[in-house]
Amino acid sequence: MAETTRSATKAAPARTTRRARGTKASGPTAGAAENGAARAVDGAAPGGPAESAETLVAYYRQMLLIRRFEERAARAYTEAKIGGYCHLNLGEEATVVGLMAALRPTDYLFTNYREHGYALAKGISAERVMAELYGRSTGVSKGWGGSMHLFDAEARLLGGYGIVGGQVPLAAGAALAVSYKGGDEVVMCHMGDGTTAIGAFHESLNIAGLWDLPVVFVVINNGLGMGTTVEHSAAEPELYRRGAAYRMESVRVDGTDVVAVRDAARAAVERARAESKPYLLETVSPRLKGHSVVDPARYRSKEEKEALKAADPLARMALELEEAGILSHDDRDRLDAEVTAAIDAAAAFADESPAPEVSTLFDYTYATPVPGELRRLPADPVFSS
Amino acid sequence: MAPVTYRQALRDTLRAEMLRDENVFLMGEEIGLFEGSYKITEGLLKEFGPKRVRDTPIAEEGFVGAAIGAAMLGLRPVVEIMTINFSLLALDQIVNHAAKIYGMFGGQASVPMVIRTPGGGGQQLGATHSQNVELFYSFIPGLKVVAPSTPAEASAMLKAAIRDDDPVLFLENLALYNTKGELPAPVEEIEPAEIGRAAVTRPGTDITIIGYSRMARVAAEVAETLAAEGVSAEVVDLRSLRPLDRATVVESVRKTGCAVVAEDDWLTYGIGAEIAATIQEGAFDWLDAPVRRVAMAEVPLPYAKSLESAALPSADSLLTAVRDTLRATGRPVLEPAR
Repeated sequence: MAETTRSATKAAPARTTRRARGTKASGPTAGAAENGAARAVDGAAPGGPAESAETLVAYYRQMLLIRRFEERAARAYTEAKIGGYCHLNLGEEATVVGLMAALRPTDYLFTNYREHGYALAKGISAERVMAELYGRSTGVSKGWGGSMHLFDAEARLLGGYGIVGGQVPLAAGAALAVSYKGGDEVVMCHMGDGTTAIGAFHESLNIAGLWDLPVVFVVINNGLGMGTTVEHSAAEPELYRRGAAYRMESVRVDGTDVVAVRDAARAAVERARAESKPYLLETVSPRLKGHSVVDPARYRSKEEKEALKAADPLARMALELEEAGILSHDDRDRLDAEVTAAIDAAAAFADESPAPEVSTLFDYTYATPVPGELRRLPADPVFSS
Repeated sequence: MAPVTYRQALRDTLRAEMLRDENVFLMGEEIGLFEGSYKITEGLLKEFGPKRVRDTPIAEEGFVGAAIGAAMLGLRPVVEIMTINFSLLALDQIVNHAAKIYGMFGGQASVPMVIRTPGGGGQQLGATHSQNVELFYSFIPGLKVVAPSTPAEASAMLKAAIRDDDPVLFLENLALYNTKGELPAPVEEIEPAEIGRAAVTRPGTDITIIGYSRMARVAAEVAETLAAEGVSAEVVDLRSLRPLDRATVVESVRKTGCAVVAEDDWLTYGIGAEIAATIQEGAFDWLDAPVRRVAMAEVPLPYAKSLESAALPSADSLLTAVRDTLRATGRPVLEPAR
C-alpha cells in the first residue's frame, strides 16, 4: 500500500510548464502516450499561453475553501454535529477545482460519497452543503441525504451516491437522455479507484461506448480504496487503460495540478460534447487523511504519512503562486481569513437551521401519491380503529 | 370485442403509450431484432426504430441503471428484464437507486420508469429460471409492484405504470401470456388503472380467496368450481403488491369470516404471510378459522415434470385448502358432492 501512495505522490513529474503534466509525465502518467487507445489529451500540450494570475488565484481560493470546509466538517463531526459517514476531499482539492472548471453550468454531474468539494465547486453555497451535513431542512437534500447524498437539481449535481459504483450506470443513462433529446449537455461521472473493479463500471463503459454517449467517466485515483491499495485490488493498476477494452479514449493526469486537470477534463468534456463520445479520465492525487473522518489510517507507515505532506496540492500551489509573485504570504493570509470566515458563517447557518419536522416523514416515499399508503410510526397499529 | 391474449394486450398497450408520449421508450435484451424472448415487443422495432426500441447488451445492472438515469432526466423508459430471475443482477440498481433517489435527495428527482418482467414456474425451466421473487421488491418503500392477472387489467395497469412518476415493477407470468380475455375498449381508449387498489373480481359470502397474477386466475377457476357445489367464494385480486390494498382484503374477510391466500412464491416470509398478518390485525374478531396459505413447496424448483407439478400451487391444492378452511370454521357446511 505504501507503494501506491508513493506512486500517487510521485506521479507529479518534474514540471516545466504547468499544463504539460497531464501528458508529458514520467512514471504512471507516461502510460497515457503508450497505450493505443489512450492518447495525449489535445490542448494539454506544453508551451501554451500562461494562465492569468486572476484565474490561478480564483482556483487557489476555491481549493482553500474546500480545504477549510472539510477541516470544519471534521471538527463538527467530532463535536457530534454531523452523523453517519463523512468522507473528505483533503488532498483532492486541485482535482475537484480542475474538473469543475471544465464543465458548463448546464452539464450534469454524478459523483460518489466523497463529494462536498464538488458540490461547492459546482456552485452550491457552503451554507446549504454544511446544513445537509448537519441534517437540517435547509440542506441541499433537505436533510434526507447527509454527507454522502448531496443533490441539487438547479446546479445539476445529480447526486452523491454512497454505494460504490452505483452512480456509474445512472450517469450513462443520463447521457442517454441527453442524446435522446438531442441536447448538448455533457454528463460527468466521478468514482474512486476501487470502483474500477465493480461490474457496473464495466457494464456502463461498454454501454456508453456502444451507444456513443456524451459522458466523461473520471476515476479519482487516490491510491486507496479504504485501506486497500490499487495494486492490491487491480490487476491493471494503470486504471485509465481500462478504457481500451471499450475503445474509449482515456488518459491519466496529475490530480494535484489544477490546470492540468482542467485542461485534460476540458478536452474530454468538449470531445464528448462535439462528437458524442464517452471518455475515461484518471486523476492521481493523494488522500491526505483516512478513508473517512473516523479512520486514523493506521495501515499507513510513518514515512508514508510524512511523504503526504510534500504531496499536499494546496501547499504546493501556495508556494508556486508566491514564487511567481502572484500571491504573497500576506495575500494568502488575507484570503485564508476571508474563506475561514465564510466557512464559519456556513457552520453557524447550519447550526441555527431547523431539523426537518417529523410531520414531513412521509413526504418523499412516492412522487405519485398512492391510495392507502401505510403511514405509520413504529408503535402504531396498521388499522387504527 | 374479440378476446385478446395477455401478450397481445401488453404489446398493443406499449405501442399505444409510445404513440401517445415520445418520452416513452423501450430497453432490454433481445427486444428489438429478436422481437422479445416472449414476443411482447413484436413489430415495435420496425415501427419505432432503434432509438425507441433499444436492444441492450446482457448487463442487467448496467441497463437498469441507465434507465434510472434516463428517467431522472425526464424520459419514461420501459425496461424488459427477460425473466424476474435475472432482475437479481440489477438488485443494487433497483433497490439502492431506483427506490431511493426520490426520498434520499428530498424529492428533487423522481424515477418514472417501468420494469416489466415475467416470473413463474411450470415450464420445466429448472431452479434458477422459475422463481417469483416479487417479494423482494414488494418489501421496499419507494418501489411500486403490480401484478395484473387478465389482459384488460394488464393493459390498464401498464398504462398506469408508464404514466406514474415512480419506479414500478410490472410483474408478468409465463403461464399468463397465452391466456385470453376481453378488453373493455380499444386499447388506446382504456383508462389507466389506479395503482394500489385491489379488486373484488367475484363477490361471495362464505370465504375469501386472495390471489394475484396467475393465482388470481386460479382463484377465479376455483370459485367457479365451488359455486357449482353451493359455496359462495369471494375472490380478491390484489393487483398491486406495493402499495397493498389492505382495506379491501380486510373488508372482504369481515364479510366472509375466513380466508385462503394463494401465492406463487414460497410460503415462509412470503406475500401470503403479509396478507395473513393483515387479516389478523384488521379482522381478528371476524375470523372463524385460521388464515390458510397455499404456496410453493420450499424447494428450489426441480426440472422433472412430476416434481415440478407437485411443488407448484394449483387449482387442486387451492380447492383442498378452501375446503379445509371451511371445515375449520365449524359452520354447518356442505361437504362437496362427489
